Amino acid sequence: MSAPLALPEEFADLAQFEDWALETWRERYEKRLASTVDEMQALYDAITPRIEEILSYCDRHDVAELPDEVRNLMLLLFSLCEASLPVEIWRQPRVPDSGAADLTMVAEPRL
Amino acid sequence: MAHFPKPAEGSWTQHYPGLGTGPISYRDSFDPDYWQQEIDSIFTKEWLCVGRVEQLSRVGSYFTKEFAWANRSLVIVKDQGETIRAFHNICRHRGNKLVWHDYPGEETSGYCRQFSCKYHAWRYALDGSLVFVQQEEEFFDLDKENLGLVSVACDVWEGFIFVNLDPQPSQTLTEALGELATGLAGYPYGEMTQRYSVTSKINSNWKLFIDAFVEFYHAPILHQQQSTSEEGQKLAAVGFEGLHYELFSPHSMVSSWGGMAPPADPRMVKPMENFLRSGLFGPWDKPAVVNNNENLPPLVNPSGHRAWGIDSFLLWPNFMILIWETGWYLTYSYWPDSPNSHTFESSLYFVPPETSSQRVAQEYAFSVFKEFALQDANTLEATQSMIETGVVDTFVLNDQEVLCRHHHAAAREQVAAGRRPDAYPWMPAEVSA
Repeated sequence: MSAPLALPEEFADLAQFEDWALETWRERYEKRLASTVDEMQALYDAITPRIEEILSYCDRHDVAELPDEVRNLMLLLFSLCEASLPVEIWRQPRVPDSGAADLTMVAEPRL
Repeated sequence: MAHFPKPAEGSWTQHYPGLGTGPISYRDSFDPDYWQQEIDSIFTKEWLCVGRVEQLSRVGSYFTKEFAWANRSLVIVKDQGETIRAFHNICRHRGNKLVWHDYPGEETSGYCRQFSCKYHAWRYALDGSLVFVQQEEEFFDLDKENLGLVSVACDVWEGFIFVNLDPQPSQTLTEALGELATGLAGYPYGEMTQRYSVTSKINSNWKLFIDAFVEFYHAPILHQQQSTSEEGQKLAAVGFEGLHYELFSPHSMVSSWGGMAPPADPRMVKPMENFLRSGLFGPWDKPAVVNNNENLPPLVNPSGHRAWGIDSFLLWPNFMILIWETGWYLTYSYWPDSPNSHTFESSLYFVPPETSSQRVAQEYAFSVFKEFALQDANTLEATQSMIETGVVDTFVLNDQEVLCRHHHAAAREQVAAGRRPDAYPWMPAEVSA
């Protein structure tokens, strides 16, 4: 059994969402499409009540050189950006009426 | 009743009388012969934006562009003298594609000291000159001086790299950009290097996606659910009116209100937008380099309205730059793969974040933008399939769709002329392809 996701001590309980700590937008988007709204709601409910606290914690570090545990926390926030849309507006994983439309990421900033 | 003033003629459309106000044919968006005419008289004659100088960060950086619609492949490179050059991607020996990786038809990018052909190792310097021939003594009367890569016209404006497939372009890039060359200059594009680029194959004619992005009449309806329900209903009831439209023919622009960043009332937006201070209009907190929009280029926010949110410029024929009040910019390109399909490219450019909060705000802006793009893209396929039935032959356009009317007319004009005349005489909008 591998070690749990490294996170700052204050936010160690978020390690339960470690499969949302994904490096690329494409992985996060596919995770969103493969998840249920309830699963995304759980991520949303776990993070949003503490989001100010999480952001101010992350902001104490240089964004260009984040320690691993802070970086992992940021990856969870990126997944929250993606997962919040089904939770807050669509109530389904896919964008309604988006049909076969898809996007390929050609370049994206990496942490 | 108009919420924002219109020109003295009573409408934006009638301000440009050559456009007419009648219904227009959309045959120009599926007819195969017409599409080929567009390739021949527009896309192989005009300056086309292929990227940004930041993509070629050092001497030897290169990327390729596949223009299958014109049966062309290009390589764009920064040479030893730091000049950006473009070449046809073909080896002078026996015609092998020079730069590719794994799949010859896919675009690639990278860094090299010289270009070396995979086939027989002919090598070319970054300026295109032939510098090495394998077993040179085996050839007959080899004139290496004249066996360099075939160059393509290439120029840079404000950090945007343009190429022109015409061996002898009828205009320089600056001439082709016209008023936009100076009117959009000076924005800190070069400071906004945090880039998200996406691409998508779209099952519609290239002009239909431009139609969708030069009018915002659709926005309160197609994207209604993306607002909170109360705000969405209100926007749909009010509809959309542009602050300003202007033609710099064949280029054009629309200026729109925004006012959502930050919103007057936090209940107008989704909870995440309040958490992250970001949304479709981008991060709410402007970067310092835009100097609170005190130094906008002369053509940006022409009405000077306090509710200004975004300006969209169409740089003829297929490139758009959108400058947001919140201090970032967005580009769109549309490559005409076939009469009823195109490749859509979009890039979001932000100032590199100084904090993690800013980083997340940008990520969220991308996530939201992409939801809108997916809705727009899919709707186009629905439109394309139905106009192709020919059941209805002409369609009506309102005053907020003046730029749709214009760019179809501009294309028809150029197809008819075979080249763009210096003074642009208006093609009657009613003329069908």
